Amino acid sequence: MTNYAPFLEALTRLRGIRGAMVVESGDGLVVAESLMGGLKGTALAAMAANLATRAADLAGSAAVGAPRFVHLQASEGSLLVAPAASSLVLVAVASRDVPLGLLRLEMLRMAERLA
Amino acid sequence: MRAIEPWVLGPLRSFVSESSARLALLMTTSGQVVAQHGFTGALDLMSAAALGAGIIASSSELAMQMDWPPFRTVAHQGEHYSHFLAWFDSPRGRWVGLVVFGSETKLGVVQVYFDQLVEELVAAAPPEPVQKKEVLAADFERELNASLRALFGR
Repeated sequence: MTNYAPFLEALTRLRGIRGAMVVESGDGLVVAESLMGGLKGTALAAMAANLATRAADLAGSAAVGAPRFVHLQASEGSLLVAPAASSLVLVAVASRDVPLGLLRLEMLRMAERLA
Repeated sequence: MRAIEPWVLGPLRSFVSESSARLALLMTTSGQVVAQHGFTGALDLMSAAALGAGIIASSSELAMQMDWPPFRTVAHQGEHYSHFLAWFDSPRGRWVGLVVFGSETKLGVVQVYFDQLVEELVAAAPPEPVQKKEVLAADFERELNASLRALFGR
């Protein structure tokens, strides 16, 4: 059985990361999570998986291939989603003051390792 | 969408719209229908209610045999449609929700909005009348027909 804790620990160690999760993309259920208080894991997992599916539909309609990374920028932070293996997505919630480039690189690297 | 108790309609309507559920059914643990969305035939509805209540009863019994707390939710995944079944305690006693959904939504989404539905039902329930009427066999058929009329508008 894959141990996802090291992946999540590596992400949540980065400054400004409020939580990270591995989510089953088909059902939108939590596989593993490391979240700060105040974040609802089940709701976040369901919505992030939905977002990843919609992004894949959109990318398909635009004929640009499968999405590698989704970045939703909000007023108080960002939601980042990286599709990993065929049925998993890596999700991170970041505050406003996060070095997004570094986080993006880390997430893409981890998504490749999860695949 | 129809309901025996009108205060159920608001929360159920919002649940169906948010979760993109195809069919939704609220019932008591004995299979008595409280509200429904999407069912078109009385027979289908009654069968679904009876089977749903049966699944909850048998899975609870299974958990009891294993010395576990009763399972709160049961999900069956199909190729095109899936269903989600869960019991919860409402101000009117223990109810069961049966939700049928397709590939346009996800089990996690249904679960999240179902939890919200439960919260909204608990908040929306008016105080129960103090004096409960005794249920007589003679009233049963009349009440059943009244329920079917409320659920199907016939």
